[in-house]
Amino acid sequence: MALTGLDIYKLLPKTNCKQCGQPTCLAFAMKLSQKQAELAACPHVSDQAKQALEAASRPPIRLVTVGVGDGRKIEVGNETVMCRHEKTFFHEPGYVVRIKDTAGDDEIAQTAAAIAAYGVERVGMDLRVSGVAVENASKNTAAFLKAVDLVKAAGDLSLVLMSADPAVMEAALAKSASSKPLIYAATKDNAAQMAALALKFKCPVAVCAEGLEAATALAEEVNKAGVEDIVLDPGTRGFADSLVTLTQLRRLALKKNFRPAGYPIITFPGEQASSPEEETLLAGQQVAKYAGIVVLERFDPSTIYPLLTLRQNIYTDPQKPIQMQPGIYTIGEPGTSSPVYVTTNFSLTYFSVAGEVEGSGLPSWLLVTDSEGLSVLTAWAAGKFDAEKIAKSAKTSGIADKVSHRKIIIPGHVATLRGELEDELSDWQIMVGPREAVDIPSFIKRTWN
Amino acid sequence: MPVVEIPTEKWKGKIREVTLGGGGRKTVVVGGETTLPFLHFEGEMPNRPVIAIEIQDCEPDWTGRLVSAWGDAVKDPASWAKAAAAAGADVIALSLESAHPDNQNTGAKEAEASVKKVLDAVDLPLMVFGPYVAEKDNEVLVAAADAARGTVVALGSCEEKNFRTIVAACLASGHVAIAKTPIEINLAKQLNILITDMGLPADRILMDPTTGALGYGLEYTYSVMERLRMAGLQGDGMTGLPIMVTPGEEAWRQKEAKAADGVPEAWGKIEDRAIIWEAMTATSLLLAGADVLVMRHPKAIELVRATVDKWMAK
Ligand code: B12
Ligand code: SF4
Repeated sequence: MALTGLDIYKLLPKTNCKQCGQPTCLAFAMKLSQKQAELAACPHVSDQAKQALEAASRPPIRLVTVGVGDGRKIEVGNETVMCRHEKTFFHEPGYVVRIKDTAGDDEIAQTAAAIAAYGVERVGMDLRVSGVAVENASKNTAAFLKAVDLVKAAGDLSLVLMSADPAVMEAALAKSASSKPLIYAATKDNAAQMAALALKFKCPVAVCAEGLEAATALAEEVNKAGVEDIVLDPGTRGFADSLVTLTQLRRLALKKNFRPAGYPIITFPGEQASSPEEETLLAGQQVAKYAGIVVLERFDPSTIYPLLTLRQNIYTDPQKPIQMQPGIYTIGEPGTSSPVYVTTNFSLTYFSVAGEVEGSGLPSWLLVTDSEGLSVLTAWAAGKFDAEKIAKSAKTSGIADKVSHRKIIIPGHVATLRGELEDELSDWQIMVGPREAVDIPSFIKRTWN
Repeated sequence: MPVVEIPTEKWKGKIREVTLGGGGRKTVVVGGETTLPFLHFEGEMPNRPVIAIEIQDCEPDWTGRLVSAWGDAVKDPASWAKAAAAAGADVIALSLESAHPDNQNTGAKEAEASVKKVLDAVDLPLMVFGPYVAEKDNEVLVAAADAARGTVVALGSCEEKNFRTIVAACLASGHVAIAKTPIEINLAKQLNILITDMGLPADRILMDPTTGALGYGLEYTYSVMERLRMAGLQGDGMTGLPIMVTPGEEAWRQKEAKAADGVPEAWGKIEDRAIIWEAMTATSLLLAGADVLVMRHPKAIELVRATVDKWMAK
């Protein structure tokens, strides 16, 4: 929680000695609160005040990193709001899939390989599963180490190591600490040993205890042992308890600056779910409401893909839609007789259209107008995708030099613009395309020759 | 163990309660919250969110997989209404699609007949939607309002450009208006004010802030709903109304729910993906404050109902 200038002033020596370069301690305090000065500029500040000021400038929820892989590591925490509209949610939760070391070598290797290979493009972004949680279900050290090896061999997956036995954990960390796995978990029975391992191997550690109070108390204990990178598991496994507890933890961290709650949270939506769908809906709740790492029991594209989509939605900055540079885009290698489609520069719109145009098999030109990142109908309703705008980009983009024909296809949703466009672009023929992009392939087959 | 003091929000407002049905039919009450969704530790959520199952007065042009989930029931609104009731509908949402000029361009007479049929077939409360063409909406919704006299139905959609006729029909026949605005909190509030200025009490309005499906604008709806709900709980009487959304219609428009072929393998099996698309759109919107969900697929409905059960269990 940020301190005000007055709060800071109370912690300063109040001697107005001017050595900090400011006329008074109060002036210095004001500069500090606006982050225009460094505390180090005052030679007289007490250690106690230093600590208090440093604590206050720490983010209320610690940023914790699990894994090292590019585009795969999980960086979570450091959130500053309860609702995304208040600013934005910054650090997307990581999805990891649990694999038990009892599953058998082949299955472990195959599942890990499938997870590592999985990727899906949505709105121009490459969405991936972050990693695997390897569980020591066998209670056997050799089996656990083997499973960890198999998962590591599959690629740069982020790892969560799940064992309650510090000796087993140590053996696994000895092999894998360089990939910064999450130690899962310190419990009331092994907290001291797990904290020691976290320090020795410089890895983050999850604390697991039943309920908010027990979990935050345990986090405090592990933190007192010197560990900073902590993840909380308050033991909630259902819809209602998880919603309530995760909301309360976020509030405690943000509104009360309660340090023991100021860590990212790990959840297990599938542990008590009765079906894959139930697991998926609960995971979705936890993405919207405050989880940092979500451990899934199964890997299935038909449930992962909706979850990745939801995460993308919830973590998009509400202030700026994901948008494209306006201009001419090519699909395939279009020539002088290829179709020209017009659309807006909202990424979702662009990629919906680009995907279908590509599916039509006919290389094409896409004229992307500057609609300030709005979809076709939104932009049209807001006056950012009208005949004048479209005509302007047709004239200034240079598309006329790229094609020998003079046909331009507009979205079916803005069919009403046709007449006006014919006036604005008198040498062009305006073709009205289908409303939905899905129908582009059949439309173009019918109308283009 | 140290006792941790849990911060609670002291909201001074309460979301209005809106009642549908009655007059010899089942009643459903929505709204009444004094807290954000399902946070029972700091306030009341006296009425559970309800699921309205959408049926149409003519065979729908929906994707095959969705239509076949209802079998032959879709051939007739009465049998479809019964099937929806059996699938656990709290409310029947009847869309008068046949009135669309591009469809059969039916009028007041047919609308009246469809509404009567459905009212005779089931004892659930009703919502009635026009084809979403302003002049047609006015025609068929006025007829529907008259046909449903004696019980309270919700009529939609009233928009800024055509709310007068529909609100007048609500006033004349004792119904509830569904006030639709395009994802903007001030527009929502303003329309509520215009409607109440005509004399319809605020507890006879459901707000439809416009739904974006998962992956297709969900985040905008989600945030506008959170803002509306918080403004309502802070005591703003013109935003503190129950919220209605249409995850069924929006989700099933999207390629993810429709396309089995020609999509990336990474999208997974269409059967599962399509159901999740609707269900997850719905549950996400419930977390943002939805009171009424208009849904389409029986399996998605079952999943969402089970989820609401879990959220409501204290
Ligand atoms: C999300 C959303 C918003 C977001 C903006 C999102 C964005 N970045 O664009 C917000 C909340 C900001 C917003 C604001 C407004 N919105 Co708005 N919004 C929506 C919503 C829910 C989804 C839009 C969307 O993302 N669609 C997905 C994209 C991919 O669709 P698309 O661009 O149309 O592309 C499809 C097709 O058009 C086609 N296509 C695209 N390009 C091309 C090209 C060719 C050649 C072809 C053939 C096909 C094709 O392919 C795509 C897939 O099929 C819709 C309602 C709905 N459920 O659809 C309303 C909607 C579009 N909004 C509407 C309105 C009125 C507004 C506002 C003007 C309201 C206001 N007065 O404030 C503002 C304007 C914004 C401003 N002033 O800055 C209305 C438009 C009404 C109309 N028919 O004219 C709608 C339809 C809602 C409604 N029913 O009233 N909106
Ligand atoms: S150097 Fe320190 S004590 Fe001196 S005026 Fe600046 S803040 Fe005050």
